[in-house]
Amino acid sequence: LASGMFSSLKEKIGEVLLPGDEFVFESEDTIFLTDNVKPERPVCGPGLRQSGNRLVVSKSGVLRHKPPHTFWMDSQQWRYVPAKAETVIGIVTSKSGDIFKVDVGGSEQASLSYLAFEGATKRNRPNVQVGDLVFAQFTVANKDMEPELVCIDGSGRANGMGVFGGGGLLLKVSLGLVRRLLAPQSDIRSDLEQLFPCELVVGMNGRIWVRASTIQQTLIISNLLQSCDTLTAPQRREQFRKLQKGGL
Amino acid sequence: MKETPLSNCERDFLLRAIEEKKRLDGRQTYDYRKLKITFGTDYGCCFVDLGQTRVMAQVSCELVAPKENRPTEGILFFNIELSPMASPSFEQGRQSELSVKLNRQLERCLRNSKCIDTESLCVVSGEKVWQVRVDVHTLNNDGNLMDAASVAAITALCHFRRPDVAIQGEEVTVFSPEERDPIPLSVYHMPISVSFAFFQQGTFLLVDPCEREERVMDGLLMIAMNKHREICSIQSSGGIMLLKDQVMRCSKIASVKVSEITELISQALLNDKAARKAGGKCGFAESMPQDRITALKMDQTDVEMTNVSQTGSGVILQGDEAPPPTVPSPVVPVPGVGQVGQGLQSWGLEEEEEDDDDEEEESSGDDQVEEVTQIKLSEKDKKEAVVEISDSEEEEVEVDKLN
Repeated sequence: LASGMFSSLKEKIGEVLLPGDEFVFESEDTIFLTDNVKPERPVCGPGLRQSGNRLVVSKSGVLRHKPPHTFWMDSQQWRYVPAKAETVIGIVTSKSGDIFKVDVGGSEQASLSYLAFEGATKRNRPNVQVGDLVFAQFTVANKDMEPELVCIDGSGRANGMGVFGGGGLLLKVSLGLVRRLLAPQSDIRSDLEQLFPCELVVGMNGRIWVRASTIQQTLIISNLLQSCDTLTAPQRREQFRKLQKGGL
Repeated sequence: MKETPLSNCERDFLLRAIEEKKRLDGRQTYDYRKLKITFGTDYGCCFVDLGQTRVMAQVSCELVAPKENRPTEGILFFNIELSPMASPSFEQGRQSELSVKLNRQLERCLRNSKCIDTESLCVVSGEKVWQVRVDVHTLNNDGNLMDAASVAAITALCHFRRPDVAIQGEEVTVFSPEERDPIPLSVYHMPISVSFAFFQQGTFLLVDPCEREERVMDGLLMIAMNKHREICSIQSSGGIMLLKDQVMRCSKIASVKVSEITELISQALLNDKAARKAGGKCGFAESMPQDRITALKMDQTDVEMTNVSQTGSGVILQGDEAPPPTVPSPVVPVPGVGQVGQGLQSWGLEEEEEDDDDEEEESSGDDQVEEVTQIKLSEKDKKEAVVEISDSEEEEVEVDKLN
């Protein structure tokens, strides 16, 4: 029965859908003898909207599925919209009193309190200047309020977040590429690992920070990443192979 | 909207890379980005792509009264619009500093160099002269708007044709483009501007800076030159101290670049002229390359076809008129004269658009629902206006076949 509810959706996994495509779930008329069984509702991710028993596609893209019942649309976009618990790379634009104003690429600048760093107290302020890069996550991000960032996780530890050191180059890429880089089994990441050692910080707002041992290598990686947006998988592997053969 | 601020790490990285003679996109110090010139369908419309920087220039003209102190000269008017399309920091309608600077530089480069013969723009001395107006719109800003704008402006001026004018005694006739071919402006020479960006107090220089390089530069030197090695205008901004030999070196580099660019412009103008003469398609739509993002592409996607045959037969059943014969029936406009076949114009106004669809779709199968619906529509109309002359029995036979 459960699979019957989502069968129309499951057929379309991996297919291109357009805004306006609808899926209707028939309401169950039968009464269950055991009241423990709850009707399963699909969990809608970005690009899908639910109203009653209808599911409507609101963004064009490919339908993806994660068992048991999570569905979302995988689409291409450049502009970032802040969302809670996403880690982003921000640029500090001003320091005023107790908070920093950070530009994350959204419509508004986010605020970051100076106490939201690991080991920061009123006496021990973090060493953050205007123009520095910070890696932080959103605690508040909705369309009605100003977004807020913190550089610590729930238990007070930095967990990889905080101010960046010197060196390295910042690039802007599409959000789809960023998600592909951060996926658990990422082809692009494994291809990159075989090239040469480098440090990579990936922010969900489409910003990537790269640092390799020489400037030339950093430039190569940054150009590669920016072109990955428009290359298919075989073309990308061809490019990587040419680089490895060409040597550095 | 404010622009994304430049972070310290980007600035440091760019300056260090320039010290090692490395640029972001792998160019050499004196290399220009790829310059592409295309023309629109109108005379005087020109698009210039300098890497990702894109500008459009449009030239137009009208007859006006001349200036008081120059009664025998035409008027040239230049305008650069910084459109919000080009960059989030450009605001529509507001005269920003950059916009004033670009306008001033373009005027100096083109007007003061006297590259266009303004005397030839005079129609009636003291009363009517041509006012030629060049509007440059910036479509995308990736650095070095000035060079792109100057190339676009001079190319558009060379491409432009003004209406022909005939003067007979007191009478002045302005011919429309249909009556007489419009004539080109008389351009003496083509001034092109070349920009040099300086870093670290004048120690390092780069030609054709891109947007990020422009943000970290100390100062900018703009040299406008033509291919005969005549300098039309020099402008230095940013307040850097330049040595004499640096300026001489820059002017030598500029002369090399200008001759290359002038060659490119002449080639583009020739190609466009040949294309127009051959009657081939020309214009913006034809020259746009197809940029496709292929990251999420699928080579094949299935189209929903499960219910097509049922819907198709349902639609056909709904139509209660018999479908027309596949052979269009002859029409007799005058007794003794018969017309058969395509290109018939006398079936009535509402059918003229559907005629073409009808001819093609009747022979194709009924695979797609849309085609069936279109056949149904045109079938209905056709039934009323078709003049059936032939008295053979072939039509009835064909009707049965389609059903």
